[in-house]
Order: sequence, then structure tokens, then C-alpha cells
Amino acid sequence: MENAWLIPLFPLVSFLLLLLFGKKLKEASAFVGILATLASLVYSILVLLERLSEPTYKAETVWLTIGDLQLTAGFEVNQLNALMLVIVSLVSFLVHTYSKGYMHGDERIPVFYAYLGLFTFAMLGLVISPNLLQTYIFWELVGVGSFLLIGFYFYKESAKAAAKKAFIMTRIGDVGLLIGMILLFWQTGSFEYDEIFAAVEEGAVSGTMITLTAILIFIGAVGKSGQFPLHTWLPDAMEGPTPVSALIHAATMVAAGVYLVASMFPLFNASETAMLTVAIIGAFTAIFAATIGLVQTDIKRVLAFSTVSQLGYMMLALGSAGYVAGVFHLMTHAFFKALLFLAAGSVIHAVHTQDIEKMGGLWKKLTFTGPLFLIGTLAISGVPLFSGFFSKDEILIAAWAHGNYGLFWLAVIAAFFTAFYMFRLFFMVFSGEARSEMKNVHESPSVMTLPMVVLAVLAVVAGYVNTPWFGSFLGDWLVEGNEALGHGHIAGPGWIMIVATAVSLLGILLAWMMYSKKSISRDWLSSRAPIVYGIVKNKYYIDEIYNQTVVFGAKAISLFLRFIEIFLVEGIVKLTTAAVQALGKTGAKIHSGQVQTYGTIAFVGLAVLMVIFALTGGYL
Amino acid sequence: MSSVPVSAFLALALILFCIGLYGALTKRNTVIVLISIELMLNAVNINLVTFSKYGVNPSITGQVFALFAIAVAAAEAAVGLAILIALYRNRRTVNIDEMNQLKN
Repeated sequence: MENAWLIPLFPLVSFLLLLLFGKKLKEASAFVGILATLASLVYSILVLLERLSEPTYKAETVWLTIGDLQLTAGFEVNQLNALMLVIVSLVSFLVHTYSKGYMHGDERIPVFYAYLGLFTFAMLGLVISPNLLQTYIFWELVGVGSFLLIGFYFYKESAKAAAKKAFIMTRIGDVGLLIGMILLFWQTGSFEYDEIFAAVEEGAVSGTMITLTAILIFIGAVGKSGQFPLHTWLPDAMEGPTPVSALIHAATMVAAGVYLVASMFPLFNASETAMLTVAIIGAFTAIFAATIGLVQTDIKRVLAFSTVSQLGYMMLALGSAGYVAGVFHLMTHAFFKALLFLAAGSVIHAVHTQDIEKMGGLWKKLTFTGPLFLIGTLAISGVPLFSGFFSKDEILIAAWAHGNYGLFWLAVIAAFFTAFYMFRLFFMVFSGEARSEMKNVHESPSVMTLPMVVLAVLAVVAGYVNTPWFGSFLGDWLVEGNEALGHGHIAGPGWIMIVATAVSLLGILLAWMMYSKKSISRDWLSSRAPIVYGIVKNKYYIDEIYNQTVVFGAKAISLFLRFIEIFLVEGIVKLTTAAVQALGKTGAKIHSGQVQTYGTIAFVGLAVLMVIFALTGGYL
Repeated sequence: MSSVPVSAFLALALILFCIGLYGALTKRNTVIVLISIELMLNAVNINLVTFSKYGVNPSITGQVFALFAIAVAAAEAAVGLAILIALYRNRRTVNIDEMNQLKN
């Protein structure tokens, strides 16, 4: 554990190498990236194994000294960090491998792998930061990596716009985080997590201030994790290559917001209002995004909205004091959502379209991708025995046990929607008749299917580390030695599990009847309530509302400032230059070389001086 | 002999100086300009002599200075005319308007 700081450095080295030699390596760049992340993965697993038996390790050195103030930099390996290290490096490694097949033939493979390396470095650095300042630095680096990768196909206008949108929207959240961080520093005099929590526990910070800082930090998490109302960038971010969506916009970066709230959990836990805010935003986002997911027709967008919805679940768990439930779902979600995205990438790779209306009957043609996608779908829908079932169950129990009954039922409905839209997606893509235009469909190479197999195995078994039946190993381990984080396992009424199972099976049944068996017309709802359908289809017009208000306002201000720039600032500048120029031109004219002109001017000057001398009486 | 007032001498010097200045600034022929400059120098000499005789502190120094000025003016005229001849050989003109090479 003493050398855990090496873990983020492998991808950084890969990034630098590819920057320098990428042009020469060409497609071989993939191996540099894969090897670097493999090294990180192996090391992360070793660190996790070591952390299972040893206490938290923390190392720091003084980084900056400003007056009396000392800022430190270092790394910390606690339970959450060790777990995140493995999740991030594992998904990153699998995505690196998968990309070798997916990006095959692309000219800019070295650039792609360089960006992936930069992102992985930032994300790994983020999860071992021991203080807020360092977290913030890596937080921004992660944003840069995401920006570069979303805009990877920069020649597409939509990709450029999406990259800018993602960066700006998350920046809005980052401002909240920055202010919260500064306020905390002002109140506690430290950026260190430990010292902040100690100060909060001692009551050195007033209750209002705790609530305020917690909510400000939560705004940062809202931006990064795509929670309402800053969620609009995440679906657009699907413009990036699909492996990137799997890595950044499903498993790691968007989970950074959840990670931040989890690592600041003692602060949040100290304020009832902050917790309630987190829970309400989370639950609302979960159901809100799930309804949008019901009607989308782009395979990646459906998955994007489902990601937003699942992140809402995690927030709900954290807001309901379900620390373990939130982190547990973060882990299982990372596996099954990365699997779904990679499988979706495999489908797109095979049929060259993202529109699910144009797909169908792919089950027989994609003999690997189909079953793998099904496993991911079952896991996310919360079907018993799959990982999503256990983690979702934990969240529901946490919400119920914390007394958030309203939010609990919202989450149950969202679970129903989740099962429905995921199986709608599955049936539309894989069942039914094969379309005639889908002739040359071929299965992806094994370099792409193998990572999916690994994720599929994890999507099935990852849940068993924390079950009500076999014991909550993960939960007990996560909260060990830290009572502020709550209990490893929250006991809840047994019927919750039955309800959760029932709604997910009901959702699957409905989807099957509508999209596979077709005993219920697909237009059953959209024809009866076209207005509702229209609103949901257009994502509640949130983008349009933002365009009409915030973007319009910003444009109006910029137009006004533009006028000031043109007429006021430039006017003054031009006036100055014109005056100097006029002076110069007059001077040049006088300088004619005519000696008599010079004499005349000298004489006139003398005369003027003498007149002045005479008038003032010689006292000037 | 002392019936002529100081102001008459000074007025003569002033008139002479003004004629010289006018000539120096307006005439186009360089020879005339040089002659005009001589006029201005002589106007100064008259002033020097006048004040050496009728000044507040009469002294012989003024007259000595005037003699010096005449000597220097003679030398200056010789050099000036020599330069002018050299210029004339070069440019085939004594028109002062065309002698503007110093401009650049």
C-alpha cells in the first residue's frame, strides 16, 4: 500500500509515451495503453487485498507553504478508495482492450489511447486523494479527459457541441464544489478530509454552515453525476466513441459525483437538510430519467438516461444514510452498465446504426453479444440472483429504514420503468424479424467479446459480496472502524425484496407483451395521451428551456458587452492611435529639408518666446 | 558729436538686422542669402560698438569683439562661398530650394 501512488502513474506514462511516439507506433499504441492499465489493475488488486487485512494507509508531504499555511499532497488508501481503485482500473483495462477491436482502422488510435490514458490517470488520482484540494485538481482533470474524448470525432458538429456542453455543464457544478471547498477551509482551516470530519464532529462548524457547504459540494456532484437539473450533458455525451461512453459516462467519471458524496459522507450525515436534499434530488432524477428512457429510440441514449436514473438511485441511497447501499450499487452498476455499453458498442459495430427502430432479430446473428447484453439487462432490471438485484434492494431498504416513504415508492416505480425500458431495448434490438438491410451482420472479434465476458461474470457474481442471505461482507468491511458511516447492513422488512422482484418482473412482462409478443399495441399509450408522449419524448423540453432562458440570457449579456467593446473600448483605443498618427504626420510635413523654412520656424518660435517673456515680465 | 542719440544707432542696427533676416529667409539665390547673413552680422557689430561707447559700463571689450566678429565673418564667407562653388559644380544650381538633401 505504501506504493499505491504508482497506480495512477502507469496510465500517465502511457499518455506521455503516446504523445511522444504515437505517430510512429500507430495501431501498436493500443498495447502501450493496455499494458499500462493492466499494470494499474494488478497493482490495484494487490492494494485491495492488502487493505482487507490492514488498516488505512495515508502518506502526505508538504506541497506548498504560504505564510503559516501548509498545503499537503499525498494519497490515502481507505476502504472506499481501495474499492474504487479496483473498479476504475478494471473497467479501464477492459475498455482499453475492447477499444483495440472497436477502434480498429481508425487513423487516430494513438490519440484515442493517449486521451484514455490521461483520463484513467485523472480518475485513479481522484480516488486516492486525501484532501479536497487534490480531489478538486483531479476532478477538473477528469473533466478535461471527458471533454477530449466526447469531442474525439471533432469533425462532427454535434460531437463538438456535445463536448462543449459537457464541459460547461459540469463546470457549473464545479463552481459549487469550489465555493463549498473554500467555505469549509475558511471554517475548519484545512482541506484534509480527516480534519474536516473531526471539526464537524466536535461542533466547531455551525449547523447552517454544514448544511450550506454540504449542499454546495453536492452541486459539484450533481454536475459530474448528471443529476437533475444538470443532467442534460450526459445523453449528449454519447457522441463520443462507445467504449468511452462505457468508461467515462457509465462506470467511472459520472460515478465520481457519487464517490465525492460518499467520501464526504460524515459531513452530509451531520446535516438533516443536506441529506434530504441529496435524497430528493436522487429519487427525482431516478424517476425523471427513467420516464425519458421509456421512449428514446437511440440505443446509447436509452443507456445514457438509464445511467442518469441509476446515479439518482445511488444519490437516494446516500441521502437516506445508506452509505453501503450507495457504494455497493456504484460498484455493481459500474460492472453491468459498462457491460451494457460495450455490448451496445458491439451491436453498433455490427449494424452501423444506433437507431433501435432499424434493428431487430439480431439474437441469432450476434451469438455472443446477445446473451451478454441479456445478462446486463437482467442485472440492471433487478432480477433476482443478479448483482443489480442485491444492490437495488439495499437502496430500497435504506430509503424505507430512513423513513423516506414517498421517495421509496418513487424508487419502486423507477425500478419498474427501468425493467420495462431495458427490456424494451432488448426486445427491439434482438427479437423479432431480421431487417432486410441488416445483411452483413457479423459478430465482433474476440478482443471485444472477452472484456464483455469478464464484465458479464462480474455483473452476475458481484452482488454476492453483500447479500442479506450470505452476509454483508462488503458492507461490514466498508464501515469498519468508522462509525460515522452507519451500519454495514440495514435491516428492513422482508416484503421490500418481494415488491422489488415483483415490479421488475412486471416491467419485463409488459415489455415482452408490447415488443416481443405484440399482444399489446406499442402505441397504446402514445395514441391515448399524445401530449404526455410528446413531452417525454422531448425530454421534458429541458434543453429547450435552458436555451430560452440561460443560454439566451448569456447571449444577451455577451451582445451587450460586445457593443461596449466595439464602441467604447475600441473607440478610445482608435482615438489614441489617430491622435498620435496625426501628430506624426504633421511633424513629417514640417521636416521638409528647406533650410529657410527651418529658419522661419526658429525665428517665429523665438518671437513667440519673447512675446511671452514680455507679457509675463520675465517671471515665468 | 554726441548729438546723435543711442537709439539712432540701435534703430539702424535693428533695421539692418531685419533686412538681413528677411533676405536670408526669403531669397532663393544662395549667394544673396549669404550676403544677407553678412548684413545680420554687421548689425550685431553695430550693436557691440554702440554699447562699448555709450553703454552703461563703456569698455573697449565690445570693439575688440566686433573686430573678432569681422574676422570670423570673413573666414565664414570664404568657407561658405567655397562650399557654394562646390555645390554649384555638383548640382549646376545655386537655388536654395533645391538644396534639401539633409531631409533624408
